[in-house]
Amino acid sequence: MQQNTQSAAVEPVSERDPVLRLSGISKSFPGVKALSDVELALYPGQVTALVGENGAGKSTLVKILTGIYQPDGGEIVIDGSPTRFPTANDAAEAGVTAIHQETVLFDELSVAENIFLGHAPRGRFGLVDWPRMNREASEILKRIGARIDPKVVLRELGIANKHLVAIARALSIEARVVVMDEPTASLSQTEIEELYDLVERLKGEGKAILFISHKFDEVFRIADRYTVFRDGEMVDAGLISETSENALVEKMVGRSVDTIFPQRQSQPGEEVLRVEGYAHPTEFADISFSLRRGEILGFYGLVGAGRSEFMQALFGVTRPSGGSVQIEGRAAEIRSPADAIHQGIVYVPEDRGRQGAITAMPIFQNVTLPSLGRTSKRGFVRMAEEFKLAREYTQRLELRAAALDQPVGELSGGNQQKVVIAKWLATKPKVIILDEPTKGIDVGSKAAVHEFMAELAREGLSVIMVSSEIPEILGMSDRVVVMREGRMVGEYPKDDLSPEALVRAAAGYGEEAA
Amino acid sequence: MSLAEGTKPRHVPDRLTGRSQRVLRSWELLLFAVAVGIFVANSLASPYFLNPWNLSDATFNFTERAMIGFAMALLIISGEIDLSVAGIIALASTAMGWALQFDVGTAGLIAIALAVGLACGAFNGALVTRFGLPSIVVTIGTMSLFRGISYIILGDQAFNGYPEGIAFLGRGYAFWVVSVQLVLFAVFAVVFGVLLHKTNFGRQIYTIGNNPTAARFSGVRVERVKFILFLLTGVMAAVAAICLTGRLGSTRPSIAYAWELEVVTMVVLGGVSILGGAGSILGVVIAALVMGLVTFGLGLLNVPGIVMSIFIGALLIGVIAIPRLIALVRLRRRA
Repeated sequence: MQQNTQSAAVEPVSERDPVLRLSGISKSFPGVKALSDVELALYPGQVTALVGENGAGKSTLVKILTGIYQPDGGEIVIDGSPTRFPTANDAAEAGVTAIHQETVLFDELSVAENIFLGHAPRGRFGLVDWPRMNREASEILKRIGARIDPKVVLRELGIANKHLVAIARALSIEARVVVMDEPTASLSQTEIEELYDLVERLKGEGKAILFISHKFDEVFRIADRYTVFRDGEMVDAGLISETSENALVEKMVGRSVDTIFPQRQSQPGEEVLRVEGYAHPTEFADISFSLRRGEILGFYGLVGAGRSEFMQALFGVTRPSGGSVQIEGRAAEIRSPADAIHQGIVYVPEDRGRQGAITAMPIFQNVTLPSLGRTSKRGFVRMAEEFKLAREYTQRLELRAAALDQPVGELSGGNQQKVVIAKWLATKPKVIILDEPTKGIDVGSKAAVHEFMAELAREGLSVIMVSSEIPEILGMSDRVVVMREGRMVGEYPKDDLSPEALVRAAAGYGEEAA
Repeated sequence: MSLAEGTKPRHVPDRLTGRSQRVLRSWELLLFAVAVGIFVANSLASPYFLNPWNLSDATFNFTERAMIGFAMALLIISGEIDLSVAGIIALASTAMGWALQFDVGTAGLIAIALAVGLACGAFNGALVTRFGLPSIVVTIGTMSLFRGISYIILGDQAFNGYPEGIAFLGRGYAFWVVSVQLVLFAVFAVVFGVLLHKTNFGRQIYTIGNNPTAARFSGVRVERVKFILFLLTGVMAAVAAICLTGRLGSTRPSIAYAWELEVVTMVVLGGVSILGGAGSILGVVIAALVMGLVTFGLGLLNVPGIVMSIFIGALLIGVIAIPRLIALVRLRRRA
């Protein structure tokens, strides 16, 4: 199919017809509008970079392109004719393929099997034609410059080679559109260079490439076009040659920061928490900071910068390999969450369903779990006391629920979050760590969480807020720590905060913060 | 969901459904109905069934297993399992028999059995909680290990000559037709019922079974709770070993063979989720009665043992399938 267009010489960036065009695509989830009225065009032989903050809707778009999600509205047009991808297979048949951040491969199968899974060449009686499959696999691998034996079991390959297998798999289905979702996130510098070569080769073959990345140097090196998403909307698109890093950062961040956040006059008190030289064998190193009473300290960074890993070590979930913690001037040893809670440090995790709430159990039992010592008498539960405590704290958070014995899993995301926060406030903590506190909850609940956070700080609670949303970081924090690749790369007081500086520090672009 | 969104904040009642409604929908009630059905069917099928002495005899079919079942229920609710309980019985009973030569008396023998149970439970618990091994694998291993030790010590021999006190625990009567074992069964039912349903410890067991990660993130010392549960199960297996040894009057290495599956069957039949997180002691008590009645009733009708196992197996699958079938039919009707 379309052999002649594919082999046609690659023209310089021009007004050729796009292979694939999305128009007016919208997608909502309960309580969240992930994409609204989005436009995107992908041209043969060109790389289009898609940039945007976490939560801007990039992943949702990838899932729509690959048939995993169905858009609520809008059109997918391929070669000028509207089409639909009811399943992932339909997308593959239409020539759209994706290489994900974390590749979906099978460790126990051979390289060739992974490449051809689901569309293996068949021989007589419909059995898999193994020699042909291995031959074709090795051709594809050669084409992308990978020196991998197709018969090897995938488990034996390193992460970079696994990535190449994923790319080979994408190419095995005669793809015309290749989506690369942060393909360099787990690669070393030399591997990244090889990937760039590969992208060039794919361009040469006339493929249309959608390249999703946080890293601006990358975008400017290999992309021909760009599209910027913010809060589920397409805010800008054009030719890379006609824009600049600064312009892209500004488009990404937007300018609606101070309007929606609560105004607060913070007067931080004495030091409550001091962390020095916290380190972990693999996830982070040399984290030092202090936190004062009534202060909100933001932790900004890209996904994978080690922020959550550090917070979980501070909360006692994982053991650090070095460093010390002082609480109100006294050295504290935190070896388990129970220790942390005892010391007055609590943690609201990002992954509510798995780490935060016990969704199958009633609201009141979730709230009282860490406070059972107070609601019980000599180890025996007292339901009336539990209801009393749960009522007190859920009321404060204006929880919406049918009853306090309703399972937490039946609540909306925002209300589940409120249950988790209520659980912690009931322990009367000194420091509360909120990890992506507003991720995946609707705008109204977001504002309520922000309002509440400000109120807690006003009452003297010290707050650590991990967030990947720049407006939230800027709008709420008294101070911001930026992390990149497991290390602190900067600490900014409120007055020195600018979205551009944060983005640059987090992405390692410009290097002025190092 | 829509219910949660629609209601106004602030006015959140404590409870949604009344107590009576919750009882009506419970698994325990369904199981109780099955028990009554079997009781009636048995009394119609055999004229000997309603004799109080016969009925009392029937309780020996389940009391020892049920005592282990209570501890096993806690363990399974926490998301773990112990398949070595019958092996622990063999080892504890063997230890008692071996200690007979030292003339330690009834109390000494009981102490030895309990110590062996505790040690076995600690061994299982340490392997699971310290090294993070899956309990099903660990206890399949220790199941053979414990019984294997018993075989090494005993070979084809048997220990006998247990003192009167042990025999009394195993086959004595507290008053009229009520056996000592039945009293122990009732006492342990209450103790474990209170432990699971009325204490902080019990609450933590449920949270661990439902979501060990979130439980840990909420300050529950997950490994410690699990370790204690393995200890408890080991001790209860030892209690069962004392009763069984007293009842049989001798110890052979094949004692209580394959009981682990009967105990797990009883617990699951009692409505304890094999995936953890749900179940009640009341359910296990009723399941014990059901299994005891079935075994006894079929025994009166001279049904061979293998047919009894088939019946119990069918009962288990049937009782578990019924709620699913009902749910499925409801779904179909709605569609």
